[in-house]
Amino acid sequence: MRMSFVWMASGLVGSAAAPAALASGWNMPVGVTDLSAEIHSLHMTIFWICVIIGLVVFGVMFYSLFKYRRSRGAKAAHFHENTTVEVIWTAVPLLILIGMAVPATATLKKMYDTSDAELDVMIIGQQWRWRYEYLGEDVAFNSSMSTPRAQIRGEEPRGEHYLLEVDNPLVLPINRKVRFLMTSDDVIHSWWVPDFAVKQDTIPGFINENWVRINEPGIYRGQCAELCGMDHGFMPIVVHAMEEEEFDAWLVERREEAEQEAMGADREWALEELMERGEMVYASICASCHQPEGQGAAPAFPALAGNQRLLDDLAWHLDVIVNGVSGTAMPAFRSTLNPVELAAVTTWTRNAWGNDTGDAVQPSAVVEKLAQ
Amino acid sequence: MTDARRPPPNPGVRRTVIRSVAALVGMFAFAFALVPLYDVFCRVTGINGKVDTTAQAIVHEGVDDSRYVTVQFITRNGAGLPWNLEVETRQLRVHPGQTTEVGFAFQNASGEGTWGRAVPSVSPSNASRHLRKVSCFCFEEQHLEAGERLELPLVFQLARDLPPEVNTVTLVYTLYPVERDPVERDGKAQQGRVAGGVASNEGGEA
Amino acid sequence: MAPKLPPHHPVQQSSTVSGAGQAAAHAAPRGLMRWLLTTNHKEIGSLYLIFSLSMFFIGGIFALVVRAELFQPGLQLVNPEFFNQMTTMHGLIMVFAAVMPAFTGLANWMIPLQIGAPDMALPRLNNFSFWLLPVAFTLLLSTLLMPGGGPNFGWTFYAPLSTTYAPPSTTFFILSLHIAGISSILGAINIIATILNMRAPGMRLMDMPLFCWTWLITAFLLIAVMPVLAGVITMMLMDINFGTHFFNAAGGGDPVLFQHLFWFFGHPEVYIMILPAFGIVSAIIPTFARKPLFGYASMVYATAAIAILSFLVWAHHMFVVGLPLAAELFFMYTTMIIAVPTGVKVFNWITTLFRGSITFEPPMLFALAFVVLFTIGGFSGLMLAIAPADFQYHDTYFVVAHFHYVLVPGAVFAIMAGGYYWLPKWTGHYPNVKLAQWHFWLSVIGVNLTFFPMHFAGLAGMPRRIPDYALQFADFNLVSSLGAFMFGASQLVFVAVVILCVRGGERAPAKAWEGATDLEWTVPSPAPLHTFETPPTFRPQAH
Repeated sequence: MRMSFVWMASGLVGSAAAPAALASGWNMPVGVTDLSAEIHSLHMTIFWICVIIGLVVFGVMFYSLFKYRRSRGAKAAHFHENTTVEVIWTAVPLLILIGMAVPATATLKKMYDTSDAELDVMIIGQQWRWRYEYLGEDVAFNSSMSTPRAQIRGEEPRGEHYLLEVDNPLVLPINRKVRFLMTSDDVIHSWWVPDFAVKQDTIPGFINENWVRINEPGIYRGQCAELCGMDHGFMPIVVHAMEEEEFDAWLVERREEAEQEAMGADREWALEELMERGEMVYASICASCHQPEGQGAAPAFPALAGNQRLLDDLAWHLDVIVNGVSGTAMPAFRSTLNPVELAAVTTWTRNAWGNDTGDAVQPSAVVEKLAQ
Repeated sequence: MTDARRPPPNPGVRRTVIRSVAALVGMFAFAFALVPLYDVFCRVTGINGKVDTTAQAIVHEGVDDSRYVTVQFITRNGAGLPWNLEVETRQLRVHPGQTTEVGFAFQNASGEGTWGRAVPSVSPSNASRHLRKVSCFCFEEQHLEAGERLELPLVFQLARDLPPEVNTVTLVYTLYPVERDPVERDGKAQQGRVAGGVASNEGGEA
Repeated sequence: MAPKLPPHHPVQQSSTVSGAGQAAAHAAPRGLMRWLLTTNHKEIGSLYLIFSLSMFFIGGIFALVVRAELFQPGLQLVNPEFFNQMTTMHGLIMVFAAVMPAFTGLANWMIPLQIGAPDMALPRLNNFSFWLLPVAFTLLLSTLLMPGGGPNFGWTFYAPLSTTYAPPSTTFFILSLHIAGISSILGAINIIATILNMRAPGMRLMDMPLFCWTWLITAFLLIAVMPVLAGVITMMLMDINFGTHFFNAAGGGDPVLFQHLFWFFGHPEVYIMILPAFGIVSAIIPTFARKPLFGYASMVYATAAIAILSFLVWAHHMFVVGLPLAAELFFMYTTMIIAVPTGVKVFNWITTLFRGSITFEPPMLFALAFVVLFTIGGFSGLMLAIAPADFQYHDTYFVVAHFHYVLVPGAVFAIMAGGYYWLPKWTGHYPNVKLAQWHFWLSVIGVNLTFFPMHFAGLAGMPRRIPDYALQFADFNLVSSLGAFMFGASQLVFVAVVILCVRGGERAPAKAWEGATDLEWTVPSPAPLHTFETPPTFRPQAH
């Protein structure tokens, strides 16, 4: 049994080293930015330093355990305290640490240099989605998880990118320095894409910075990294990195779409049109708290289906959606949804799941409310 | 159990206990003292993009014409305040040392008077200690009557010793409602609270 | 099982008890009242240990709920809301109700015996500080049944998730943490008063066993940081109930301030959970290597250095909250320096083994596993200290793996090693060796199966505290969950060992282990209720 102890434990040490270094999907990704590669190499350096120290330390330990067993007749020596040895084992680790601190400091300095960005993107964490605003470009959108709940419940087969897929991915150009400004509308979230080695908390009321310059076009996925409540596990990040020209074209297209949408606010919308649009908005923005059937989740998230106050008081209902409720999880949607979306989702919640008020809230009325 | 065999009270124990309790009280007070200390520390070092919440004097140190810094302004809405906050320009280029005024417009889009506050944050954090705000609406809470529109200036100066690597400074203002004393807030703010209360009660009953 | 520990001994069985004043002791209450009112350090120590073991199982069940849900992708057993309550409660119970009371229990039992004192300095306070614990944790567990559920914001309860967005039960959570905090503080005062004032004549501080030393330093840490925790949760209470805005940006507060205050408490708290473990291992390894500890003084200095450094490293838990570069660098350097005194400790244990005469009794098995596995946790800690890399590790399963390596095969294994080491002193019987070996091997395999794959899951990109995960993490989670159930089940063996040991087994002499040297081995096994009423004569030996 004692032999097996030795083998078991040395196997343990070995297992710490081998697989981590070999297989991909077991280790930190090298990523697609210069910094992510640098961080990966820092990670591997410190990892191998630990492995070597571990081999030496555990080597001496298991040698001693094997060699100086009483069952083999070992007699205990009685030495203790040796200043030379103690100085060495204090100084050597200190030198190794200094050796490690130097490259780490250099990398950290680069990570903090957000100057000379060519594009600024504001990232806003909300329970439980991300909002991206391209500063100065008039392009902004929300990005929610698009994995159907049926897959989570196991009623449908799970897709390849289960839990890591969104309705509107963040689109970024490659080879341009993109500065992220990060904040939150409610609790603290953390925006993390491993391939960029960017992880930064989004803090309500405060602004954080980070940056990325992507080298390879592609689709990169990440997740919220800071516990932010019930659906913390369901607010993924997808970044679509494009060639620069492709990105510029996309930006123009998005801007035109937004303009068209804004023009749509002037016309009269039919109830069916509003309901169709409202259902989409509800599914993407509201359903995570108020639940797909409007049943809510007590006590934090009130039910909408059969909510008497909502049915009786249209003005209050719209006010809550537009301005939010201070001190609760209900944010103000005045600047994160456009008038058409606000009108549509108000209409949907007033008419779905047996809330048959028949009210069709017109986008023009919402425009009026926003400006009043 | 009361034990007759307990050793006689040890004066050392008494001393130790008194000292420990004093240390405890001290540490508890220290935790609360950390709140203002942290504020001061943040302002001095610029951690967290915190800025001074009182007006600072302009320093006449001459304008550094050799250098441009881009200043961005972002306004945001927190929950529960039916206001719009607009800035006349979203971005401008200034020289360090130059004093600049930017107009902000507050508008109450609701039918009642309310109190609100614009909470400031500056990024990058190492720029915040080089930002002098001579006059800012963010120093105090605002009151707007129903539908009222109020234009307020931000007058600021970037110090000449702004670190050379900083060439963009972002100022963010987030609007939050303020619960003022009952006389001033009476009508609407109370209703707002009721609305919040109702919202959660309904959930509880559902 | 409770009333059996420790047995009430007839006076004549004790050789160290003086004859005078015996009669008065027998007016003692019996049955339940005996346990409610006891001021005896051994009985209170047993109460602490039994409480801690029960809570270890309750916290363990919460962990198994988490692991069962994570066994495969998808939501099968619990909803995300309850999942968050389980992760939170698991952390809170394990930290505040299992590990900390276990060390306090060991301190109660062993410190008076190790320094030759008749009891703790403040026996009635001792009783009070124990009985606060069941109150605190009954209250905490009851929040699970309240409307909106129990705490669901993680054991670190970051604002504003734990204030503005918290369930209504949070006020009770704060109250229970206050009570538990008072209990720890009172326990710490008692330990300091005992160690500083009640040592046997002739025993200087530098003659004390290392367990007393590490506990003395731990007690100072407790006194320094538990009031800070009390301050933080008081601020939360005020934010929730009295309209203040300490942590609410809307009112001019700052959520990041919460994290600074929390980790100013939280990092020393981590060492509160590991320093006494160092003390236990430093007693066991020399005993079974039959060779004095290599560097007694350097162990004491290293412990003190770790304790002092623990106040200067808190923001390494906050590398991604947006600290300025200078702060980031400062906390990276201080954190890396902690590796030096920690290394000194590991080197000391290994040099103690070198040229010893080693045997592998159950306490030694656990102590050796502690050295290996705690060191692995230390290595991942060193990796986490590298701030740029921490941007990738932070809040992933890599962190979960790290702190479970230092706390489970670290703190918990050390507590179990201490249990096996001192059970003969407590019960008069040796624990069953075969069962103890089963317990050891199942635990070692279980713990590594559970936590080693978490390193890979974290590096591959799995965030912590999520109830469901992407498909590429499925294999790691499957292994972790299997390991967790194995580890959980193997702790039932431990309970069996303890019960059997209380009931009977091979009789242990006063000096139960051949190589043991400290004062506790001079009193009979099982230790009579009253020991060292006349202070022993202490002859300093070369440490």
